[in-house]
Amino acid sequence: MKVGIVRFLGTNCDYDCEFAANYMGAQTKFVWHEQTNLKEFDCIILPGGFSYGDYLRAGALAKFTKLASALIEFDKYGGYILGICNGFQILCELHLLDGALITNVNLRFIHKQVHIKLIPSICKLTQNIEKKILQMPIAHKEGNFYCDETTLKKLNDENRIVFKYCDKDGNVDIGSNPNGSLENIAGICNKKGNVLGLMPHPERAVSFLGQDGEHFFNFLR
Amino acid sequence: MTKHFLEPEELALLESRLKRKPTEIEEAIIFSLWSEHCSYKSSKIHLKKLPTKSDKVVIGPGENAGVIDIGDGYVAVFKMESHNHPSYIDPYNGAATGVGGILRDVFTMGARPVLNMDALFFGTLNHPKTPYLLDGVVRGVGDYGNCVGVPTASGQTMFLDCYNNNILVNAFTLGIAKKEKIFLSIAKTVGADVIYVGSKTGKDGIHGATMASSSFDEESIKNRPTVQIGDPFTEKLLIEACLEVMDKSLIEAIQDMGAAGLTSSAFEMVEKGGLGVELYLDNVPLRESMTPLEIMLSESQERMLIIAEPKNSKEILDIFKKWSLDATIIGKVIKDKKVVLYYKNDIVGEFELDLIEAPVYDRKYKKPAYIDKINKEIELEAPDDLSSKLLSLISSPNLCDKSPIFEQYDSTVQTNTLKGPEGDACAIAVKQTGMAVFASTSVNPIYCYLDPYNGSAIAVLESYRNIIASGGDPIAITDCLNFGNPQNPEIMWQFVQSIEGIKDTCAKLNTPVVSGNVSLYNETTSQNIFPTPTIAMVGVSNMQDVLKSQFQFANNTIVLLNDIELNLGASQYLYWFYNKIDGKIPDPRVKQHLSLKKFFDIAHKKHRLIISAKDISMGGLACCLASMCENNIGCDIKININSNPHEFLFSESQANIIIEIKNQDFDAIESIAYESGINAYRLGFTTQEQTLKINNLINVSIDDIKKAKSSTLRKILS
Repeated sequence: MKVGIVRFLGTNCDYDCEFAANYMGAQTKFVWHEQTNLKEFDCIILPGGFSYGDYLRAGALAKFTKLASALIEFDKYGGYILGICNGFQILCELHLLDGALITNVNLRFIHKQVHIKLIPSICKLTQNIEKKILQMPIAHKEGNFYCDETTLKKLNDENRIVFKYCDKDGNVDIGSNPNGSLENIAGICNKKGNVLGLMPHPERAVSFLGQDGEHFFNFLR
Repeated sequence: MTKHFLEPEELALLESRLKRKPTEIEEAIIFSLWSEHCSYKSSKIHLKKLPTKSDKVVIGPGENAGVIDIGDGYVAVFKMESHNHPSYIDPYNGAATGVGGILRDVFTMGARPVLNMDALFFGTLNHPKTPYLLDGVVRGVGDYGNCVGVPTASGQTMFLDCYNNNILVNAFTLGIAKKEKIFLSIAKTVGADVIYVGSKTGKDGIHGATMASSSFDEESIKNRPTVQIGDPFTEKLLIEACLEVMDKSLIEAIQDMGAAGLTSSAFEMVEKGGLGVELYLDNVPLRESMTPLEIMLSESQERMLIIAEPKNSKEILDIFKKWSLDATIIGKVIKDKKVVLYYKNDIVGEFELDLIEAPVYDRKYKKPAYIDKINKEIELEAPDDLSSKLLSLISSPNLCDKSPIFEQYDSTVQTNTLKGPEGDACAIAVKQTGMAVFASTSVNPIYCYLDPYNGSAIAVLESYRNIIASGGDPIAITDCLNFGNPQNPEIMWQFVQSIEGIKDTCAKLNTPVVSGNVSLYNETTSQNIFPTPTIAMVGVSNMQDVLKSQFQFANNTIVLLNDIELNLGASQYLYWFYNKIDGKIPDPRVKQHLSLKKFFDIAHKKHRLIISAKDISMGGLACCLASMCENNIGCDIKININSNPHEFLFSESQANIIIEIKNQDFDAIESIAYESGINAYRLGFTTQEQTLKINNLINVSIDDIKKAKSSTLRKILS
């Protein structure tokens, strides 16, 4: 699979995503924020970081880049788009995904290992994940997933909730919700299932760092 | 001129050298260059004594950061620096810009930063300002490191009365570079362009260097405008742009604009090269209208000065433009050894570099009176309930769980973190070579107050032990020497003793000092801080050598290396239960540390017999075991104690490491220990049962250990 890894100004997980995708056997190339043509890629990864400093609102400024319209075009043709952390926030700002990531309930940046549960969904990127409970770190200040009731019902009815925070045995409960996300939501997809956003960092759980990220990235094989 | 910046004697010295009176701008600039912060005038003659060489040292003190060889053509570049006064005035921005500054010191040498650490010292938790300062500093350190994408993966935090009005914020950065791609801050070519890159210049931080070089009082808090404001997003762009022009070998020299801003970077770069410079101050990108003096002394953040041959300038400017950063040619390197400042076609300042070298002081020192009043013997009554003593001690601010701090730091970005803040040292993978770099910060100010020589030795030794117990080979240190007012001979004595302790210990361990920073005048309303020479040790080994600090499996054997020195002097036990800072501090036992290193070389590196390891430090053996149980593996300890149990359990004996091994390997471990010149004692076994048991003295559940440890800071940083 040919993977484009996006570099906005302020992206800081670009090399990490390159490392993970290469480890999984994918071909990778960096995509500068001014690039307008994404035809050569099968999948685009929007890595984590602080695009444009995230001073206004996480992900808010990335949508004004030249690349933003290319991403919308790329989605129209059904290309895979994966947004991790800041990438997820940007996908919400671009309305390629529903809802928003608001500030964590404790109003602080949180870095910790979490467990997430794979929920049966229409997401095309996660169909071949064999392990249902995955462990990987979160590292964000704005990861508290929020949307209105109608959207939440839609996400549920259309099977578009992909990951939920859980404990090590897979129980989705308040104690395992690190940031206040509605229904413990850690990741969702769009209606066609080709766009996935999640807050945890699977690229930090491959190779010598763990195996669960490798389960996650199965779609790149 | 009505008001003088310089003290009368320094002004007289300058006038005698110039053979005339300096102009106002000249005097103000020299005032900054001669500040303690920039010139090290009180510490220089003592710093010279430190060992700085070994076969692993590529560049020692004098550059922006120290450089060591880590094999296969790569080097590690590192340094630690203080940002104490600004962090007290404005904890968030003071701490954030402290991190920003040390990052620049490292990437200015061509290294990509891969690790941050912090060493933080606050007043007691019940002091009204401590929660506010702690919260601000932690957010500042976190927000900056998180945004630039450099993991903050280790550190230390202590709480003592002496920091109530003068906190310490020490920040460390380590970067990795190719050995042949190290960049220095030495101008080489006459006619080269001087290029300003990064953020625009504003009025923030003017005279920051001089603020950092004077004592503190209630008025100082009004100095808030001298605290710089950080912008980690710009720093991130600056890292990428600088590394790009370096990778393309477009530049000749580079230096960040740190303390005293454009002044110190421009002066230092040409001085090192035996050349001079002309600066056209009209060309400096400004945020607001400023005078030439303000331009020269601004400490606006995220700015660098580059020297490059004119044929490369256009490509350099284009690269910075690509990263949305200002870049402007603001001067030329000249042959004459002087700095000439032009503003609106006039010369507004001219400095003969030979005439403005800062004075060096050999300050008086004498042994403080308190030293002779310290009790040699500390005898404490045996407590009834050692279990509750242990739980109370691990809930104390200095021994409690620091994860409410560390959870605010991204410690795994860059996908290199093999061992993070859960251990005493961290380990960062160097993917290019398959090696790992190890780093640990350490100092116990209580020891350093009671005995600055041995206390400083122990700071070096503890960081050494932390590296060994994590599986690394210690290579070199950087130090951040935080002391009180050097014009007080008793404080100067602490400083001199401390240097001697570091010097002797580093020489014996063959871990030279490759970089460092001195922060003096940590004195507020006449109260001086305890001597706080923070040491950061860096080590190297293979990625596979990294050892965990917690028990990994049940039914393994637990072994204690070296005898316990029974002594509760200077201990956390004495401080927490009796509120006393007194007694003889632990014996440093330098030789036994070398034996421990030999033991780990054979038992771990050669035979792979060690499963987990942790050294004994603050809180003694009992607190060490409690911490090793945190991976939900318990332990059952049965050992002959031929002394008062509380002394055995809580003495902060040096040169002890507890290891976990397979049961059948004990004989082998015993003979390797013998061969290495140390004793090994079987303490007991790891257990599936979730308890820590020591004879019939202590029996606590792991749950209770975690509860006791976790609530203390969680209450404040909720």
